[in-house]
This record gives sequence, structure tokens and C-alpha cells, in this order.
Amino acid sequence: MLEIKGLKVKLEDEDKQILKGLDLTVETGKVHAIMGPNGSGKSTLSYVLSGKDGYEVTDGSAELEGEDLLEMEPEERAAEGLFLAFQYPVEIPGVGNMTFLRTAVNAQRKARGEEELSAGDFLKVVREKAKELKIDADMLKRPVNVGFSGGEKKRNEILQMAMLEPKMCILDETDSGLDVDAMKLVADGVNALRDAGRSFLVITHYQRLLDHIKPDVVHIMADGKIVKTGGPELALEVENNGYADILAEVS
Amino acid sequence: MALAKLKSEATEARLAGVTLPAGAAWSTTAREDALARVRTMGLPSKRDEYWKYTNPTDLTVKDAPKAAVFVSDEAPLFDSIDRLRIVFVDGVFDEAASDDLSAENVVIERLADVMAADIHWVKDIYGVLEARGQNPVERPLAALNTAVATDGIVLHVTGKVAKPINLVYLHKNENSDAVLHNLVKVDSGAEVTLLENGPAAARFSSCLEVDVADGGTFHHVRAQGRDHERRTATYCFAKIGSEATFKSFTLTVNGVMTRNECVLEIVGDDAVAHVAGACVGDGKDFHHDDTVFITHDAVNCESRQVFKKVLRNGATGVFQGKILVKEDAQKTDGYQISQSLLLDDDAQFLAKPELEIYADDVACSHGSTSGAIDETALFYLRSRGVPLADARNLLTLSFMAEALEEIEDEALAEELRARLEGWLARRS
Repeated sequence: MLEIKGLKVKLEDEDKQILKGLDLTVETGKVHAIMGPNGSGKSTLSYVLSGKDGYEVTDGSAELEGEDLLEMEPEERAAEGLFLAFQYPVEIPGVGNMTFLRTAVNAQRKARGEEELSAGDFLKVVREKAKELKIDADMLKRPVNVGFSGGEKKRNEILQMAMLEPKMCILDETDSGLDVDAMKLVADGVNALRDAGRSFLVITHYQRLLDHIKPDVVHIMADGKIVKTGGPELALEVENNGYADILAEVS
Repeated sequence: MALAKLKSEATEARLAGVTLPAGAAWSTTAREDALARVRTMGLPSKRDEYWKYTNPTDLTVKDAPKAAVFVSDEAPLFDSIDRLRIVFVDGVFDEAASDDLSAENVVIERLADVMAADIHWVKDIYGVLEARGQNPVERPLAALNTAVATDGIVLHVTGKVAKPINLVYLHKNENSDAVLHNLVKVDSGAEVTLLENGPAAARFSSCLEVDVADGGTFHHVRAQGRDHERRTATYCFAKIGSEATFKSFTLTVNGVMTRNECVLEIVGDDAVAHVAGACVGDGKDFHHDDTVFITHDAVNCESRQVFKKVLRNGATGVFQGKILVKEDAQKTDGYQISQSLLLDDDAQFLAKPELEIYADDVACSHGSTSGAIDETALFYLRSRGVPLADARNLLTLSFMAEALEEIEDEALAEELRARLEGWLARRS
């Protein structure tokens, strides 16, 4: 599904290398987790994959089902099936959540040459999916993320994911700012979307999210590279011993 | 103080050959008084402080600069709203194109008719509110309008008027120089919504005088655009009584010269006055100016000014807004915000927010900002699959939302929002 080879990325405005030759393959239908200390380049990876400005790829490649992601505009990547759940979802005053969702869904359908969803059909689907995430009618009507609590914002990200039905989902520290109940709700939403045709890359600091979203593969990232890969037990090791042991072991 | 020689000469040159329309004795006096005001004040020039950011030359030259007739392929604005249409073509009432001038709870007359009547209530308002609005800042173009206007609509609102009254301004002659003077008197407890739209003329001078009695409600929603070559100066003078409501919103798209002045005087306690506007300007020759002056002269009143401008490709937006709180106007709640979204480095926004407060127990705030489109929000939308141009338009609408929210009637707000969305999509 997602294949990253030797990816090197620096900041556009300053001469600072963030990713230093990253290799990662996420197979179709699998859930991969990336853990790592602050400043290891986890969020940068998610931004570079989804096409945010401000980064310069100096070497390497990233492909989604064989298509070169790095050559595409952010909206093209989305239409190809890539989705990033933001660590800090953006507030957009004056644009209703429902309008936003419908614009996004139909823009992607249009880009793929599919027919746009009618207002009626859209409403039916969105209500059903919102209900599962305990998102009420009021949250759908309000401007995008404006006045939402931390938990509401993250649930709203998952609702977008559920509506857009991407192939490759990247969750950037989706657990940050969530209490236990909210995390469970978000994790249930993600688990409901797990599917043989859909892959996930879950970026997190802590093991606790991985109690709820069980990964197939766990990677440890440090200083712009994947330094260790293993099964779910690797996350437990981090939880018990911190990153220091692993980093000492690989260096 | 005598007028500077240059200004006096320019004013006399402009007034040479101007003849006042005939009418009843009182209306002739009103017009002569207005003309005398113009002579005393002199017509504006770009050296005047109040015209520092907007060059008035196009508005003061003898002949209107030519403007191509704009042909729209869109459905007329407000078509989805059940309304009473009153049509003017190049500033002249078109009876055949208009609806019957009759509706419940309102008496609708033509200005030409009332100015010929020996006795009419209009005598107490015509040029009277305009003259009150000349102090402390002079507005000579409004006085000129009062002196020479022959056409317009006069509304006496006696109860709640069910349908909005829509003044539709059509432009058919590329040299037309239209002057309209409209009057609205809202009785105690009465309520009306006035809509205005259309290109009007090559040059358009509009003066609206509104007297809202105690407990009366006046809603005003106006759209200027999408014609580009028009030159417009509009004036709205209102006197607002106690527990009365005055709300005015203007949407402007395109236009080489638009100056909208709104001069409100709150004279009764517990009244509410809101003025808002949103404008979209594109190109070096776009110039749009909102000039607002709100005087609080009563206790416990609220006023709001909310203005949003989207500018690109060298477009210029101007905002001059003032809140004057007189000594006895305690418990005044005044709010003023003017913001611009500059879509590129060439566009400019010039703002002059002012507060002048003599009462000691008031809450007044004002703010003015200029900024670019939020790159983070743009990326967020694109990452969800929304193409760049659409994402920009969505954020542009989002920027203007606060001003559009000032329109109380949801159907009207939606009509303007949808139209604006279409206009933005055309440009991208």
C-alpha cells in the first residue's frame, strides 16, 4: 500500500535535515504504529506524505499503491486515498461542518470521476456515521472545529475519515489531549474502519493508544529514521523501559 | 471661515447650470437650503481629510464618466424572496416594470409626487436628516443630492410590512448620471425590510433618509455588483428612537468607485444600530470605501460596525468608522471591527477607526486587521481533497461570514451567501 524508500527531507527555510533516509512499507490491510521520542521526525513524516508546504524532499521516494505521492498536490493525494488525521485539527469559522464534509466528499468523488452525492444521500450517511461517534446534530451544524473540545475535534477527524473512506490513514498523535473515555471512543471509531483493503499508520508517543488500536507492526523512530521494527511487544517495551534502552541498543 | 478660493471656484463651476426641480413651496425651500449648504461647504476634493483615502474627482466632475452596461447571465438577486419590486432605470422610476405600489401597513409614494404636494409629512425629513448629518463632518455630495434629486421612493411604514420592499436599479445608458433620494418613516412599533440592488447608472448618487420612531424596526440589505465601471456615492442618514432597531448590510462586488457613507444618530434610550458590509475587490482600478459615523446621544444603546473586505490584484479598500458617545449617553455598548483579507501583496486596505467618548460609563471596543489567507487552514482543506481554488473560496467565504451573520433574516443571508459563492467561483 505505502512504500517509502530512503526518504530524506529538510526544512525549506532553514538548513535542517529532519528525515535522514527513512524506509517504511505498510502492507494493505495492516496497522503499523510509529513510536519515538520528541523531535524524531514523526509529524514531519505525516506532513510530507500528505503534501504540506515548507518541506523539501532531497532524496528518496514515497509511493501509494505504486503512484508517486511526492509529485502530487495535497488534494490529489487525498483523492488517491490518503488521509491524515491532524494532531491539531484546524478551526474554520463561518464554514459549517456539514458543508465542509460534503464539499470534501464530493470533491474527491469528482476527482475520481464518480458522481457527486445528493444532499439527501449525503445527509443519511453522515447522520449514521456521526451517531456511532457520538457526534450530535449541533456539532454537525457548527463551524468546523470552532468551539469543539479536544475530544470533539479528534472525533470529528475520525468522522471525516469515515466519510472519505480512504485507503491509507495516517493518525498523527490522535491520542494527544484525550482522556481515557474519549480515547476509547476515537479508537472504536478507528477499529470500525479496519478493513482488509485499508491500511493505517498510527503515530504516537505512548503505548496506551495501542491498547485500543492493536497494531500488526511497531516501528521505533529516532533522529529521522526507523531504528527498530517489531511486533506489538515492542510498544510494551517502550512503555516499561522508555526509549533510552532501545536507542542505546541500536546505536 | 471662507472657503479656499480653489475649492469655491471648483464648486461654482460644478453648480453652474444646475437648476433646482420645481415643487411645492416647502420643497423648493428644502432644495435651496441644500444648495446653499453645498456652496458653504464646497464640494469635496482629494485634499480634504475626509477624502484622504478616496479621490472624489469621479463623483464631482460635471459629466459622469462613461460606464459600459453590464449584462448579467444570472437570475436577478433576491428572486427567491417574495418581495415588492420597485424598478428604476438609470435613476428613473419604471412603472410598467414595477409591482403595484401598494401593500398592507405601508404607504408607498414617488418622491416627485410628494415634493409637489402642498402639505406632506416628508417636509419634516427631506434634507432634514441629511442636514443634521453634516455636523461635525461635512458631506457636501449628500446635500447636492438633496438639492437636485427628482426621483425616489417615499415609504410611510405604519405597521409590520409582510414582504420586503425591493428597489431594483437597472442600468441601460452608458452615460447616465442618476440621482435618487429615498425616504422611510417607520412609525412606533412598525417594521419594514428594504432591499436595494442593481448597477443603477454609470454614476449613481443615492441618499436615503430613515426616521425610526420609538420601538420601530428598520432592516436594510443591499447588494452592489457585479458591474465594474460604476461610480457610486451612497448616503444613509438615520435617526433612531428609543427601543428602536436599525440594521443595515451591504455586499459589494466590483466597482471602480464606491463610497458608502452611513450616518446614524441614536436619539432614544435602549436602541440598537448595526451597520455591516462585505466587499470583494479585484484589480488595480477597484476602489471601495465604507465611511460610518454613529452618534450615541441616549442611554443604554448598542451599536455595531462589522466590515470585511477581500482584496486582490491591487484592489484598494477603505474604512473610516467612528463612534461618538455624547456626555449623557451612559451605558453605551459600541463595537467596531474592520478586517481585510489581502489575497496578494499588491492589494491595500486603509483603515481609520475612531472612538470619541464623553460619557464615563460605557463599553466601547474597536479593532482593525489585515491578513493573508491562513495557510494551515488551506492545507487542512486540501488534505481533505478540496482543490486549491475551491479551498481559497471557502476560506474567503469563511472570512466574510461574520459580516453576513449580521443579516437577521436567514433567507436573505443565504441568498447573498449563495450569490457570493457563485461570484467567487467565477473568478477562480
